[in-house]
Amino acid sequence: MLSHFRPALVLIVVFTLLCGVAYPLAITGIGQAAFSSQANGSQIVRNGTLLGSALIGQAFTADRYFHGRPSAVNYDASTSSGTNLGPSSKALLAALAERAAAYGDATIPADLVTASGSGLDPDLSPAGAAAQIARVAAARGIDEARLRELVAANTRGPDLGILGEPRVNVLALNLALDAFAP
Amino acid sequence: MAQDILQFVLFGAVLVALAIPLGAYMARVFAGEASFLRWLERPIFTAAGIRPEQGQHWSAYALALVAFNLAGFALLFLILRFQHLLPWNPLGLPGLSGHLAFNTAISFVTNTNWQSYGGETTMSYLSQMAGLTTQNFVSAASGMAVAAAVARGLASKQLRTIGNFWADMVRATLYVLLPISIVLALLLVWQGVPQTLDTSLTATTLEGAEQTIAIGPVAGQIAIKQLGTNGGGFFNVNSSHPFENPTAIANLLEVLAILVIPVAFCFTYGRMVGDRRQGRALFAAMGILFVVGLGAIYASEIQPNPLYPANVVAADGNMEGKEVRLGVGNSALWAEVTTAASNGSVNSMHDSFSPLGGMVAMLNMQLGEVIFGGVGVGLTGMLLLVIVTVFLAGLMVGRTPEYLGKKIEAREIKLAALTLLVMPIGVLAFSALSLVVGTGQSAVLNQGPHGLTELLYAYSSATGNNGSAFAGLTANVDWHNTFLGLAMLLGRFGYIIPILAISGSLAAKRTAPASAGTFPTHGPVFVTLLVATILIVGALTFLPVLALGPIAEHLSIAAGQSF
Repeated sequence: MLSHFRPALVLIVVFTLLCGVAYPLAITGIGQAAFSSQANGSQIVRNGTLLGSALIGQAFTADRYFHGRPSAVNYDASTSSGTNLGPSSKALLAALAERAAAYGDATIPADLVTASGSGLDPDLSPAGAAAQIARVAAARGIDEARLRELVAANTRGPDLGILGEPRVNVLALNLALDAFAP
Repeated sequence: MAQDILQFVLFGAVLVALAIPLGAYMARVFAGEASFLRWLERPIFTAAGIRPEQGQHWSAYALALVAFNLAGFALLFLILRFQHLLPWNPLGLPGLSGHLAFNTAISFVTNTNWQSYGGETTMSYLSQMAGLTTQNFVSAASGMAVAAAVARGLASKQLRTIGNFWADMVRATLYVLLPISIVLALLLVWQGVPQTLDTSLTATTLEGAEQTIAIGPVAGQIAIKQLGTNGGGFFNVNSSHPFENPTAIANLLEVLAILVIPVAFCFTYGRMVGDRRQGRALFAAMGILFVVGLGAIYASEIQPNPLYPANVVAADGNMEGKEVRLGVGNSALWAEVTTAASNGSVNSMHDSFSPLGGMVAMLNMQLGEVIFGGVGVGLTGMLLLVIVTVFLAGLMVGRTPEYLGKKIEAREIKLAALTLLVMPIGVLAFSALSLVVGTGQSAVLNQGPHGLTELLYAYSSATGNNGSAFAGLTANVDWHNTFLGLAMLLGRFGYIIPILAISGSLAAKRTAPASAGTFPTHGPVFVTLLVATILIVGALTFLPVLALGPIAEHLSIAAGQSF
């Protein structure tokens, strides 16, 4: 055992310096230089004010905005959580029923009433945005057809045409909405 | 649905295309033939007093591994306990409690990376980098070293030694983990994963509220946490967080990184024992179990939940706890990959999975983390089951079992059989103990059979050194921190030490040439027998308790019952 002390201690110090300090600092240096925006959290700044991150959802409650998905942390991005409620949970089913009831008999996609994994999901499915067009159009007094175009313009297909799902970034959509019909 | 299956096929094709050359490269690394980093490894060996060409007896090899992990544990425990006194703590986070630091240090040293803590609200940047990221590298390298030693033992003829732990560990880190991590980390930054030492952002939302956004040196840690089948995330929700997994491209890169080394090890193994068919047979057995598991999880998650409100589109499947950009397909794929590979990172909340989807994820761990498994240790775990299988085959035909020309005798069988007890003790005995003393019930979030599944999942994850969670469980209490910590130790060393001992004893044996009576261990008959052995051992052990948890929940939902 004693003969193993020296290599054990030396190697843990060497690898702490190499993998725990030099490696992350090198990635920070190169990342900041090559991909400055992404490395700093994909910040959205308007008139010198930080509005949020393009990758992190934020809470919307007003009728004049599209709302993101239900969140277990109410979009508090200093932390992150899902509800962790199981499929047979009365608490989950009651929450789903209440959210679904807000849309009456209209057919709605699952992502609109279920909470995301992170609590910070920035996206909605295109159907999730479409289900809110009538409400937003009424609140802003604009034509629903124009809004449908706006949603379509802010819809991204799967990455490389095959990976992942089509989606609408809610913050980007609402920013476009403010610019289009303030 | 067609698009999901296309994504699975694409994933599988790219994975194998990357793993085959990587497997060949790793065989060269462990043979000491890769040399482009000699300038870096030489001074390290000199400073540590290591002579890399000097072989170790299996017991010295195991002792070196334990000594190294002990040193890692001590350093990590101290960093976590006293992070408030150390630099790079922009949020001024306090030191961790004793039992949380104990649990977390064991968790990272054993390559489990169970998170009893919420990353962004608990860990300083120094803890994340110098503490956790370091162990992400070296705990993975330790597991890889074990696989190299075991393969060497099987290949050698009448030798007393199985290689040098220090050389294997250092080379696995320098030649395999570091270079790939650097490339992967930069690709992840490109896709949107932050990498900065600045403190959290404070934004003013469109509706005028204040939003604090946690960021930090994320990308570097995420790269190695996937590649080393570690799994402990920078953030509480792990890779469902948009900053850990911002796009479907990032998701593909990460899910490939999780499996590439475990898959490559099949091919490394075939080369190291001088018979590539042996590696391909293990790959086939693992691949069959993987594809079946993926199909089961996906089929279960895309199923509509009959208890959902009537106006919700049934075809969307189970989106609770999943992210829109990833969808059900990528979430099911990740769940299968992460539990098969003992990685433990998640891109969706497994606690909210359908009962059978969650059950398959749990069963992947309960089978002993051998469906590719953790880097290195997945292969060696599979080899233990190979020994059990050749023993069973030998019993059937009445011959002394052999593997790769080595006689498998009482000592090897006893050691292999001993490891079959690790999962039942860690999962069943520890869960039962938690339930009996009461701490089990009080910590679960969900009621009914799902609550039992939550607890079982935690102990399966810890013993399997996986680290994924049904996160509704409040794990950060004295009892669970302690017993989950013990389960992780049992699950790590309860496999590693017996397999090293077996390797040592096989290394010393002579190799008999194959004869007409030799049972071939590379054909479809053997692969079928191996898969059957794995499933029978797992089913006998866990079916009763699965019936009480996920199966009972599934039947309840079908009968319209909620809890």
